[in-house]
Amino acid sequence: MNRTKVGTGVGFAVILVWCLLPIVWILSLSFKPVQETTTGSPHFLPQTWTLQNYKDVLNNSDFTRALLNSTGIALIATALAVIFATLAAYAIARLEFRGKRLVLSLALAIAMFPVVSLVGPLFDLWRTFHLFNTWPGLIIPYMSFTLPLAIWTLSAFFREIPWEMEQAAQVDGATSWQAFRKVIVPLAAPGVFTAAILTFFFAWNEFVLAISLTSTTSARTVPAQLSFFVGSDEFNPPYSQLATASVVVTIPIVVLVLLFQRKIVAGLTSGAVKG
Amino acid sequence: MTAVTATREPAVTSDRAVAENSLGRRLVLPAVLLMLIVTAYPMLRALYLSLFRYRLTTPDDRAFVGLSNYTHVLTDSLFWKDMGNTVLIMVITVGVELVIGFAFAMVMHRIVFARGAIRTAILIPYGIITVVSAFAWQFTFSLNNGYVNSWFSWLPGISADTNWFGGHWTAMFAIMVSEIWKTTPFMSLLLLAGLSQVSEDMLEAAKVDGATWWQRFYKVILPNMRAAIMVAVLFRALDAFRIFDNIFVMTKGAQNTESSSFLTYRQVIEQFQLGMGSALSVLLFLSVLLLAWGIVKLFNVDLAAARGEG
Repeated sequence: MNRTKVGTGVGFAVILVWCLLPIVWILSLSFKPVQETTTGSPHFLPQTWTLQNYKDVLNNSDFTRALLNSTGIALIATALAVIFATLAAYAIARLEFRGKRLVLSLALAIAMFPVVSLVGPLFDLWRTFHLFNTWPGLIIPYMSFTLPLAIWTLSAFFREIPWEMEQAAQVDGATSWQAFRKVIVPLAAPGVFTAAILTFFFAWNEFVLAISLTSTTSARTVPAQLSFFVGSDEFNPPYSQLATASVVVTIPIVVLVLLFQRKIVAGLTSGAVKG
Repeated sequence: MTAVTATREPAVTSDRAVAENSLGRRLVLPAVLLMLIVTAYPMLRALYLSLFRYRLTTPDDRAFVGLSNYTHVLTDSLFWKDMGNTVLIMVITVGVELVIGFAFAMVMHRIVFARGAIRTAILIPYGIITVVSAFAWQFTFSLNNGYVNSWFSWLPGISADTNWFGGHWTAMFAIMVSEIWKTTPFMSLLLLAGLSQVSEDMLEAAKVDGATWWQRFYKVILPNMRAAIMVAVLFRALDAFRIFDNIFVMTKGAQNTESSSFLTYRQVIEQFQLGMGSALSVLLFLSVLLLAWGIVKLFNVDLAAARGEG
């Protein structure tokens, strides 16, 4: 018995180190002066600490523009995807209609779709429709690729909602709108919210389409901008500044995770396993 | 649309059922259309373009060439080399992730303290941008700035001047480490969900009957988690098969570390070879289908049924 306890304790420590070591590493790099990384420094922690990288990165207009693009594109894609997914998931969870299985299978197939396969045709199409290098040009595919996850998560959540409570409230004298707003919305909100977070993660992370369907900073998102940010010397990228930018774009993720970890885990696993 | 005949679902006869049927269809329609516009239509177009010699820089030179793009790709050694890299990365990363993910899931299942802290920690690699993960690991293995060489110099073959990105296998190793680091948490969360479905009574009964730890794991836990393991393997394998971000950032395909996705991207976006690139896209799509089919057959689990969709 004691041995399992020790094992669990060790496992706990291993998991923490596994998850956080690379994070601590880029944090440490972000405080190293550029000269230190340019000449090469095998030390884990900075020899001298500086905040200069943060000043430089936040004053870099390409980077701040990419942050704006990423935020706008991810938020809009998330909002739209969640609206459409909510409608579909409600139908899947509550209504009997033909083709339900087909919709779920389609969603599953799209979740597994190799995104790179679409790069060529979309590149061609988007240039014809003047969507190349625009926000909608990324928002549209992001919606399509996040819909499957959102639909699966939401329909699993919706199936757990005791819908009879809506009628019960109406019997007790509430109007349909009151019953919906006071009973159903509070019950459904956590699910919708979870789907929104997962969708946002996807849009914030997406890279293949972001580098293929954009050409300038007017629509380039953070991951794409980071990959093109090589600094003055192509063969010696500014490690500490790249690390700083990485830290900045990881902050929203950490905040979301800290606030909503329980919901995210529930959402991630709800679509996969019955329960 | 109105002439709905009851076949499998006998409920579709009353007015109410007809109305419900049509409402259901109307509610899923926007989502279905959106998913199809961005996938089905471009995929059909890729199928069509793959039959042409079509380069964006010389659009007038476009000509129907039949299946010659396919024969060209399938006889090219680069295609097979990249496919080999992709499959290798997929098999190794998913295998390693399954083992580590299981260990993590066991720890998280047993742990009684700091559950919130461990959940938070495990979600950070999951949520982090893949490009950032790639940078973090590129810097970790960097010759001038990394800490791997100084921390692990006691291992044979690693010294202060080991250039990880200078050789094929070491570069592949670094790429796989980044991939494994980022996606093991997802795997472990799916496995944890499966683990919590295994009945404690059954485990207790096996223990009473004198089953060893290994027997309990092999005969009780694993068979009861088959659906969860399949979902985890299926999603991760298909995801790993699409590997692109890590390679793009860490090596740009140097040292023969290119993947199939990277090859397709390079043909289309860098060389504007839409015809050839489309043929690659179609082949990639077919490989994913084949892979998904193979995994589902291997585990022999009905995915919709596993989820109670019936």
